[in-house]
Amino acid sequence: MSLSLFALQLVNGVEYGLLLFLVASGLTLVFGVLGVLNFAHGSFYMLGAYLAFWISERTGSLWLAILLGVPAMVLIGLLVERLAISRLYARDHLSQVLLTYGLVLLFNELQRALWGNEVHGVSTPGALSFTVPLGAQTWPAWRAFTSFSCILLALGMRQVVLKTRFGMRVRAGASNAEMVEALGIDVRRLFSILFCAGTALAGLAGMLAAPLTTVYPGMGESVLILSFVVVVIGGIGSIKGAFFGALLVALADTFGKVLLPGFASAMVYAVMAAVLLWRPRGLLGAAPEGR
Amino acid sequence: MRRRLLLLAGAAALAAVAFSGDRFWLQFLGKAMIGCILAIGLDLLVGFTGLVSLAHSAFFGLAAYALAGLTNGLGLTSPLATLPLCLGAAAAAALIIGWLSLRATGVYFIMVTLAFTQMLYYFFNDAPSLGGSDGLYVQARPVDSRLAAYLAIWASLIAVYLLLSQMLRAPYGRVLEGIRGNEQRMRSLGFPTRRYKLVAFVIAGATAGLAGYLDATLYGFVTPAQLGWRQSGLILVTVLLGGKGTLYGPAFGALLLAFIEHYGEQVTEHWNALIAALVIAVVLFLPRGLAGLLQGRPRG
Repeated sequence: MSLSLFALQLVNGVEYGLLLFLVASGLTLVFGVLGVLNFAHGSFYMLGAYLAFWISERTGSLWLAILLGVPAMVLIGLLVERLAISRLYARDHLSQVLLTYGLVLLFNELQRALWGNEVHGVSTPGALSFTVPLGAQTWPAWRAFTSFSCILLALGMRQVVLKTRFGMRVRAGASNAEMVEALGIDVRRLFSILFCAGTALAGLAGMLAAPLTTVYPGMGESVLILSFVVVVIGGIGSIKGAFFGALLVALADTFGKVLLPGFASAMVYAVMAAVLLWRPRGLLGAAPEGR
Repeated sequence: MRRRLLLLAGAAALAAVAFSGDRFWLQFLGKAMIGCILAIGLDLLVGFTGLVSLAHSAFFGLAAYALAGLTNGLGLTSPLATLPLCLGAAAAAALIIGWLSLRATGVYFIMVTLAFTQMLYYFFNDAPSLGGSDGLYVQARPVDSRLAAYLAIWASLIAVYLLLSQMLRAPYGRVLEGIRGNEQRMRSLGFPTRRYKLVAFVIAGATAGLAGYLDATLYGFVTPAQLGWRQSGLILVTVLLGGKGTLYGPAFGALLLAFIEHYGEQVTEHWNALIAALVIAVVLFLPRGLAGLLQGRPRG
């Protein structure tokens, strides 16, 4: 592999990892704080991508699509949380898996009914449709933009989680939600905000990815499964773990595709199995409870 | 007693269909009974051991692929040769995946079984020599006639049901229920709980393999989609719909779901939305499934 090809794979892998982090961070927080295993999280990514396609096709502007799409995702998150997820807080994992699996089926049907089974392309905004030279290779500006926006978002999340009162409550909730409630904090509101934030982040990841991957049925599921792998590797409830897990998974996938074509998808799971054998609760997961 | 009579009547009715010789019903109920075997096997894990596994479809698909490989590649056609080999393949895979997955507990276990299922899905889906996403045809099925396949499925369903219900009544089954109730206590009583769970996982994997073998026998082909996580999700749905922890409930749930699927397809193109609504409704309003309606009061 030439140096420029290696560099291109590296930046592509990192960009993919950053997108995956946007999805996985919501998943890990919703599980860590709300205690709900949300299989519909991948559907939010898919809905985001389809919204980007739909609105940008109508208005001709992906910027406008993102501007309108993110609040729409927040609204969808609020609806899903209030109508379905909030009824699951006291239930076992099986009910959570099944109800959110039902939501996956529902969102898939919705997508089929509204947008059909075709693959749709989304064009990048004119201002960012050039490429950046990278040695002998070229790097599309949209990929660069995506990477930098993700980095900014990740830094912003870090600030919110570590430096604000809200972030403090989130961290407290991730380690012991009952105690937070006992201290008189409105947990329902905290849960709602957190769920909507996770939904919006997953949707935004879908919108950013839409011009890169095209928009197609089932796109949410592959991201969902990979996000699960990320969360398992990083440890449930750990944003830092999700960040490093996402980069690890994305780089394993990107370089696997070049070095071992045909085994790339399997390689990601091999990495996960190795991590689990070594640390059954993930790299940065909490210590086992009461055993 | 009443339950046993109902089950006997159901089994007799399913056997009677064989004599009607109607092609559609043989195929349709054959498929539905395969769903029953899958659901009963998964109930051993979900309902009795408290393990929510999403790897059930993986063992189903592996056995079906093993049959296609043995028949197409090695020319083995006798069920006496292929059945033990395919079940063995499914059980061996369950042993490896179970050993790895059971290191994790709770929600990690769910996600790890999910990941292994998808790993196998991509393995078969991405391999052109294994038919890719189109899957493989079984060039010579273990039994030729649809009637013979139907009777084999019927006999397998009865056998799996009797075997599992006997096993659950034996001390081994009591230990499994103990593990579901309080694993730490069982461990402190001296039971090697992980080994018990692994045995249950392998038995469930073998029953899923049996279902996959029968499915490939009935239809003559296997596709990677059959072993993806969505199938596992659907089997979980049947278990919960029927009522976990009862064995007969999940079997009933599988029959019901087959009918809903068949008639739903005729009514609307978007019948998946119907299934979705049903799943959500059952989880929210009927957590003990349809069997819960029969039983009246909570068990245990």
